[in-house]
This record gives sequence, C-alpha cells and structure tokens, in this order.
Amino acid sequence: MATKTAATATQRNKAEKNPILFERTPALTTAITNYCPGCLHGITQRLVAENLEKLGITGTTVGVSPVGCSVIAYEFYACDMVQAAHGRAPAVATGLKRAHPENTVFTYQGDGDLASIGMAETIHAATRGENITVIFINNAIYGMTGGQMAPTSLPGQVTQTSPYGRDVKTAGYPIRVCELLSSLDGVAFLQRVTVDTPSNVRKAAKAIRKGFEYQRDGLGFSLIEVVSTCPTNWGMTPYAALEWLRENMLPYYPLGVYKDCKAGE
Amino acid sequence: MGEKILMKGNEALAEAAIRAGCRHFFGYPITPQTELAAYMSRHLPKLGGTYLQAESEIAAINMVYGASSAGVRVMTSSSSPGVSLKGEGISYMIGADLPGLIVNVNRGGPGLGGIQPSQSDYWMATRATGHGDGHVFVLAPSTVQEMADLARKAFDLGDRYRMPAMILADGLLGQMMEPVELPEPLDPAALPPKPWATTGTQGTREHNIINSLSLVAQILEDSVIKRYERYVLIKDVEQMAQLEYVEDAELVVVAYGAAARIARSAITAAREEGIKVGMIRPITLWPFPTKAIKNACATARAFLSVELNTGQMVDDVRLAVDGSVPVSFFGHTGGIVPTPAEVLVAIRKACAGETFHLLPYHSTLKAGE
Repeated sequence: MATKTAATATQRNKAEKNPILFERTPALTTAITNYCPGCLHGITQRLVAENLEKLGITGTTVGVSPVGCSVIAYEFYACDMVQAAHGRAPAVATGLKRAHPENTVFTYQGDGDLASIGMAETIHAATRGENITVIFINNAIYGMTGGQMAPTSLPGQVTQTSPYGRDVKTAGYPIRVCELLSSLDGVAFLQRVTVDTPSNVRKAAKAIRKGFEYQRDGLGFSLIEVVSTCPTNWGMTPYAALEWLRENMLPYYPLGVYKDCKAGE
Repeated sequence: MGEKILMKGNEALAEAAIRAGCRHFFGYPITPQTELAAYMSRHLPKLGGTYLQAESEIAAINMVYGASSAGVRVMTSSSSPGVSLKGEGISYMIGADLPGLIVNVNRGGPGLGGIQPSQSDYWMATRATGHGDGHVFVLAPSTVQEMADLARKAFDLGDRYRMPAMILADGLLGQMMEPVELPEPLDPAALPPKPWATTGTQGTREHNIINSLSLVAQILEDSVIKRYERYVLIKDVEQMAQLEYVEDAELVVVAYGAAARIARSAITAAREEGIKVGMIRPITLWPFPTKAIKNACATARAFLSVELNTGQMVDDVRLAVDGSVPVSFFGHTGGIVPTPAEVLVAIRKACAGETFHLLPYHSTLKAGE
C-alpha cells in the first residue's frame, strides 16, 4: 500500500520535472531518531527498512528492538514491533516466529545486548537454526549507558570502565561473534559488514537482503554483523571515528562471509 | 464428555491447557513439574503446535513473551528456583500488558531448597513475581480437577485483562492421581481476536507495538495508574474462595492448595468434637478473597492460617481481618507436611482463646514474640 503511494508521489514530481532522487522509505515512520550526530545506526536502520520494502514484506514483518541505543527502534520501523528485555531479543523472536512462522522476524541488537547479557539466547537461537534474521551492531562500547567496556571492546581500548585501556589479563579478550557462531550447524548465513563508505553501504545492504531471503526460504538462522562507530562515547568526531574504525576495528573484526549454507551451489 | 479419567495433576493441567487452545509451550527441565513438560512434548507437535525446550528459564519466559505478543495462548511451567529466573520476563509481560500462563509447581526454598511440596513462594507469587509495580493473577488448585479447571480459567482471565496468570501448585498436587473430568476442547482459531497483537500490519493498519518502556515520566505514571485501576476492578469482581462450614464458625481456618486438604481432615475431626470450626479456601491468591474473610468476621472469634511455610498468607488474612479478631498461624515449611492431628491441636488451641505463630520447634511461641 505504502509503496504505491510513494510511487505515485515520484510520478507526480517527475511530471513537475522535479524528480525525487532520495526519500524516506515507507518501512520507516516519520519519527525523529534519537541517535547522536555521526552515529551509523541511522544508515543500518535504513538499510533494513529498504530491504523490507524491496522484498515487499513490511506488512508481514515483526521486528524486535533491544535494550541499548536502538531500544526505541519500535518507533522508527513502520512494521509491527516488540521491545525485548536486555539480551533476550532472540528468545522473543523465537516466540514470535513459532507463533506465526509465515511472518518475517528480525532482531536489531547491539554488542552488549547480543554478546554479553544475551549470549546464551544468541548461541541457542543460532544452534536451533531458528528461522530469524539478527542485525548485530558492533561498535565496541555500551552507548546508551554512557560508554562502558563492551564484550567487543578492543584490547587497550579506553572506556569509562576501562580507563587505563582494556587489560586482557583482567578483562579478557573481545568476542568475535561471526567466528564464534560459524561452527554451529543451525546457522544459514553469517556476514560481517560495515557502513563507512558508499561501497561498503551497498555491500551491507546486499548482506541484509540475503539474511531476509534466507529466512523467507526457510534456511535457518542468519546474522549480519555491522561494525559501527560511537563518536560520542569514543570521544571523536564522526570522521575521526570512521578512521579509527578502519584502523583498529576492521583488523580485529575482518569483513566477509563467515557462513553461507548456499555457498558452492 | 462427562467421563472421568484418572490423571496426574501435572498432566491434567497440561491437557486442560491444550483444550483451552494453548498450542505453544516453552520450558526448561526442573523437578517437580516434569510430567507437565513431558506431556506437552508428546502432544503439542501432533496438534501442529510448538514444544520448545529452551536454553534457560529466562529464555523460556521471553519466548512466552514473544508468542504472547503474536497473540497466541502460550504457557511455561517451572518450579520455585526457575520461577525466580522468570521474574524478569514476567515483569516485562506485566509492563507490556501481555497474557500468558506461568505454572509454578512450588518446592521448598530459599536457594536450591528441596523438591518436596511447599508453599514457600506465596510472597513471590502475590507480592513480587518480578521488579516493578504490578501483579499477576495467582490461582491455587487443591485437587487434580482444579488443576484442569484453573488452567482454562487462567487463560480466560489473562486474555480478558491482558495480564499474566500464575497457577501456584506444589509437587503433591502435581504428582498425585485423581479422577478428573476434562473440559470441552476449544478451537484456538475461534478464540476472541487480539487486535493489539504483533501479527504484521498487512499494510492495512498502523504498526502495533508491544513495549514496557516509557521514558517520559508522566506517560509512565499514567500507564502504571491505568493498570492499577484494572487491579482495583479485578479485586472487586474476581475473588474466588471455597467456603466450608463457615456459617456458624467461631474459628475459621484459612488454607489453600495441599494445606487445605490436610486442614479439611482436621476440621472434620474437630466438628466431631463439637468445635464450631470452618474453612475458607482461597482459590485466587491474587486477588486475595478478602470479602469472604471480612464476611466470616460476623461469626468468627478467631482465624487460623495453615500453610506449608513459616507464615506468608497469614499477612493477607490479617490485612483482611483488620484487627477485629486474633489471627494465628500453624505450618510446616515444606517437604514435611502437617498431619491432620497436628492441625487439630492448633485448632483446639485457637478455640481455647490462644493466639500463636506455631512452627514445629517453636511450639510455645506466641504472636508478637
């Protein structure tokens, strides 16, 4: 329905010789987001929404928002939305999917939510081959609570709760989620992407689309990890944060496909 | 229908839940609710439903949260330590106004406690099933028949008021066998629609949101007060209790679940001695049957709460009596259940005008000491 309206508006503008090149996807509401300037949540959130529209599934999708910066994602997506307790999104998504297997179900989670308090839910949804799609934002820090050390904070990374830098002797090592999940038989698709450049944004969009397609085809659990920034809590300008991501995050979290059940087909 | 069959309490509850239209069960192994989950794992897949053994109690209750968001009748079952873990999810269900059945086959505690029958979770069930300012329905069966009847009731109440409902049973009720007449099966598709559920907009409506977050203080307070007003209505119209020999009773025993079965034997013996004693058996623990207790104050000179704990429901009895007559307590804490003879001694003491808080090793303790 909404797509039809947008197309009509585009046609009208064409007629006025003022073509719209870029507009809000109907899978997003008109609510103003709460993300900080320079945060990459906005891009990833939009890529998810655009894919829902492209696949024509906005009306049959239920999203699950986490606890973290994207907690209010339920206001931003135009599909039905459920807010989950901290880390429990994959369990909530399991309940939603088992009740209505014909619907598309996705979770949108940060690193503290997914890889710390919700690790059990993540691993078990994955190993069950739960037919859901997980969008995992890894920016190596707890954003909403003000910049504490996360399970994915890098060795030596200074945060509010690792003021002398993450000491792996006492705080342990970061978790590489894609690598960890790649050994599980229930997993259909795992890809780590980032959205620091237009070319990487396009790759991320394709990966997210693939996740939803695999779910549509009933292939099992899919997770797309998006390596992201947090300019506010990293204490950097948005541009410097992108540089830091490229210099520090990507070597530790290499981009690529970590599992594809259709590879070689 | 109308035929009686012999069933275990846990299995009767499971079958009644299926007949109430429940096709989704999420749980985690724990004694003494085992038969319930096993029954569901045998029967739900054949009905096109879901039995899922979750990775934890926490995951199980959050799967219940998800399935309930999707509008289906859904349940989980556990026992005391497991229900503690579910507390977070139950609180979120309360906050998001979601129905769903949680069965607590109560065992002794705190901590890992024991696995024998107990009523040690009365406070947790009626006061604080999770954080925050809210309640769940708490229903207390005392027979296998009621295990079945209250399963249906719990789903109906939960859906009507958009609230979680808990059945507080114990290992004695769960594992004993009694004849039971099962209710007629309901077709899940014929249940009343839930227009609030997140089933997909289908492009025909605004998106539904299931949520317990309100960052704006005024919106949070408004929602909590609105829910409280529902609680006030429920306390007015949904109290349930069974009254036995209360009309002329000078002493009223208050007991629920397995404790009520033991108290009944003691009351029968006391009546034979000429003691005017009756019983109020709460069936809803929340809302607590305050009205029945207040009404009984017309004839009662004293109340005696008999429980399988150190004295929890007795608080609610005192609140209902509101100081008008003395309230005593007798109990064992679980595993060890009182004998009818012990309860009879307590009844005689209360009738003789004594007020006490009696546990096995402190038989001389009086109220207030």
